[in-house]
Amino acid sequence: MKPLLQVKDVAKMYGARIGCTGVSFDLYPGEVMGIVGESGSGKSTLLNSLAGHLVPDRGEVIFDTRADGPVDTVTMSEPARRMLGRTDWAFVHQHARDGLRMSVSAGGNIGERLMAVGNRHYGAIRDHAADWLGRVEISESRIDDRPSAFSGGMQQRLQIARNLVTGPRLVFMDEPTGGLDVSVQALLLDLLRGLVREMGLSAIIVTHDLAVVRLLAGRLMVMKDGHVVETGLTDQVLDDPQHAYTQLLVSSVLQV
Amino acid sequence: MIELKNVSKSFTLHNQGSAVIPVMENASLSVKSGECAGLIGASGAGKSTLMRVIYGNYLAASGSVVVGGVDVAKAEPREVLALRRETLGYVSQFLRVVPRVPTLDVVAEPLLAVGTPADQARDKAASLLAQLNIPERLWSLSPTTFSGGEQQRVNIARGFAYEYPALLLDEPTASLDAQNRATVLALIEGAKARGAAIIGIFHDEAARQQVCDRFVDVSGFAPKAAA
Amino acid sequence: MNDYNFAYLDEQTKRMIRRAILKGLAVPGYQVPFASREMPMPYGWGTGGVQVSAATLTPEDTLKVIDQGADDTTNAVSIRKFFEKTAGVATTEETEKASVIQTRHRIPEAELTEDQILVYQVPIPEPLRFLEPRETETRKMHSLQEYGLMHVKLYEDISQHGAIATAYAYPVKVEGRYVMDPSPIPKFDNPKMEMAAIQLFGAGREQRIYAVPPYTQVVSLDFEDYPFEASKADHPCDLCGAEDSYLDEVILDDAGTRMFVCSDTDYCRTRRDAGHAGRLGAEAA
Repeated sequence: MKPLLQVKDVAKMYGARIGCTGVSFDLYPGEVMGIVGESGSGKSTLLNSLAGHLVPDRGEVIFDTRADGPVDTVTMSEPARRMLGRTDWAFVHQHARDGLRMSVSAGGNIGERLMAVGNRHYGAIRDHAADWLGRVEISESRIDDRPSAFSGGMQQRLQIARNLVTGPRLVFMDEPTGGLDVSVQALLLDLLRGLVREMGLSAIIVTHDLAVVRLLAGRLMVMKDGHVVETGLTDQVLDDPQHAYTQLLVSSVLQV
Repeated sequence: MIELKNVSKSFTLHNQGSAVIPVMENASLSVKSGECAGLIGASGAGKSTLMRVIYGNYLAASGSVVVGGVDVAKAEPREVLALRRETLGYVSQFLRVVPRVPTLDVVAEPLLAVGTPADQARDKAASLLAQLNIPERLWSLSPTTFSGGEQQRVNIARGFAYEYPALLLDEPTASLDAQNRATVLALIEGAKARGAAIIGIFHDEAARQQVCDRFVDVSGFAPKAAA
Repeated sequence: MNDYNFAYLDEQTKRMIRRAILKGLAVPGYQVPFASREMPMPYGWGTGGVQVSAATLTPEDTLKVIDQGADDTTNAVSIRKFFEKTAGVATTEETEKASVIQTRHRIPEAELTEDQILVYQVPIPEPLRFLEPRETETRKMHSLQEYGLMHVKLYEDISQHGAIATAYAYPVKVEGRYVMDPSPIPKFDNPKMEMAAIQLFGAGREQRIYAVPPYTQVVSLDFEDYPFEASKADHPCDLCGAEDSYLDEVILDDAGTRMFVCSDTDYCRTRRDAGHAGRLGAEAA
C-alpha cells in the first residue's frame, strides 16, 4: 500500500515568526490523524498549508492523485489544485458558515460540488442531495430550507454532507466539533466515525480537544511553537506521553 | 502468537523533575494459539502495565513485543491499528465509547470495522448481549448511563463480538454474579477452543484455575534496582 | 454643435473605449475593464451603453435607440436627442435603416444584419455576482472556468418554483468559454444572440465592456431534465396579431381589462402598415 499523502519538511513562516516548520509524515488510505496543540502552536497553519489555503515556504505535499499518481500539490497548477479541492479533497471548517453558502438551500449547498464537476441533471442532483441529507441525519423535508434556518449542529452536518458528496479521499477538518454543544458533539463524532469507516476516508483533524482525537483519530501529532514534538498511536500518546509538553498537555485536561 | 523478549518499561515524568520510574525489566513471555496464560503477582506488580505494553497502549522502552508477526514496540500506528482490528482484542476494565451511541452498535463496532455486513454484526451483538443478560430494552441506549457491572458486560460482549486470534482480558469476571461469571468463562473457553491465544488477569482464584493453562508471575519482571 | 467634440467624448477617451471593445471582440464574453467617464446623465440610465455608442458612431451612421423595445420612452428619447445634439448623426425608428442600435433590455424582433451594431446597456455585468460577492474570486472563477455556481442559481430556481424562473438576464455561455450576463433582456431574446450583427455591452458604473462577435455560439445554461425555454406570453399581439414577438401586458382599466402588445414598437407598426391586425387592431389604429 502506498501513502495517500506524503508531507515532506513543510514550513510556513509569518515574516520572522514560525508558523510551522520541519513537518513530515505519511498518511495512508483510511488513516485518521489528529493534530493537537494549544492556540498558536501552528496546527491550523499546518492544516491550511497542507490543504492549499496557504502556500508553504518550504517542503512538499505529495498527493496520490487518481489520474497521475503522486503529485506535489504545492507546485501543481492552480486550476488542478482547485479541482482537487472540489473532488478528492474536502475541507470542513470550524464555523459552518465559512463552509456553507448561507443564501442557498440545503439541497443547493450539497449539489454545488456535483454541478461543479459537470453534473447537469436536476433530478439526479436532487436525489443525491436528499440521500446525503439522510446520511447526515437531516430530514429530507428540510432540503429547500436555507442553512440559516438550521441549528449549529445541523449546519455542521450539512457542511459535512456538502463536502463528502463527491466521494473525496482526503478530508481536512479544522476543529469540526468546536463551538457545538457537548450533546451535539457526540452525535457528530459518531456520524464522522461511521462515514470514515464506510467510505474508507483518510482525514486530518485539527483540534485542541483531546477527547475528540481519542474517539476519532487513530494516530496523533502533538505540536508546540510550530514544531512537532511527538507522534504516535493516539491512545499511546495520550496514556503514555513521552515528551514533556505532551505530558503537560494531557495532565492539564480537566477531569469530568 | 504472542511473544515478548526482554521488554522493559519506564516512565519519565518531565514535569516532576524528570524523575525516571522503571517499572519493568527483561520481561519475556510466549503464548501459543489455544493457550491461556494468567498473569499473577501482587497488586501494583505491573500486570496491567504489561498488558498495555502488549496492546501498544504503553510504549515499550526496549525489547520486542511480537503479536501475530507484528512488533508492537516498533510498528507504525497504522500497523498497530490493523493488528487491533484484525488480530488483537482487549477487554479492559473501562468502557470508553462515543456518548449517545446505542449499546447494540457499540458491541457491533469491532465487526463493522472488519467489514461484516451491518445486519449480521447486529445479530451477533444481540446474541452476545442476550447471553450476558443485558435486558433488550437497554440495547438502544448508550452504555455510558449503565451501572458498573452492566458496563463491564457490554465491554466483554464487545471484546468477544469479533473472533480475535489473540485476546487480552483485564479482570473480565470481577464483580459479576455467578451466572454471568459462568457465561464469561464459557466465552473464554470457546475462544481457546477456536484457537485464540489469551493473556488474562483474574483475581478470582476459581476462575483462574478453570481457564488458565499456566501462570506467569510478573514479580519476576520487576526492575532489579527496585527489588 | 461646435461646442462638443463629435459624440461628446474626447478622441483619447474614444480610442481607449475602442481598444476595450476590440479586446472584448477578440475574447468573446470576457469582461474588459475600462475607465468609464462621467456622463451628463445618472448611472443606471445607460452611461455604459452611451460611451460604447459614442466610441462606435461615425458621422455617416444612422442611430436607433430603444428602451424595452420602444423608441418613444423617456430613456430612448433622451439618448437619441443626446446624440442628435452632440454627434449630429441621423436617427431613425426603423430597425432596418439603423446602422447602430443602442438598446435597453431588448433585442429587436427584425433580424439584424452584418452591417449593424447592437449596443446594450448593462447594469451588472458579472453573472456570478449574486452568489459570490468577491470580485477577486469571480475573476478567478472565470479564468479557471469554474461555473458550477451558475447552475446552483438555476437549481435554486427549480427547487423553489418548480421551473427555471429566471425570466431575464438569463446566463449564457459564449463560444464554449465565458459565462456572460446578456444584460436584462427577456430570455425570449436569448436565442437571437447568435446573430449576424456585432453585439457590444457597456456597463458604466461597473466599468466593464464585453462583446459577442457575429455568428458566435451563445448557449443558455440549463439542466438536462429542465431544458432552456425561450418563453413569452402565450398570446398574439392585440394590435398587429403577431404570434412570434415578445409582448408587453398593458392594464387598460380598473376592472382588470388588459391587452398584449408587441414590446418592439417598430416591429408592430411595420406589421400594421403592411395590413396585419390583431384583436384590437382596428380600433387602436
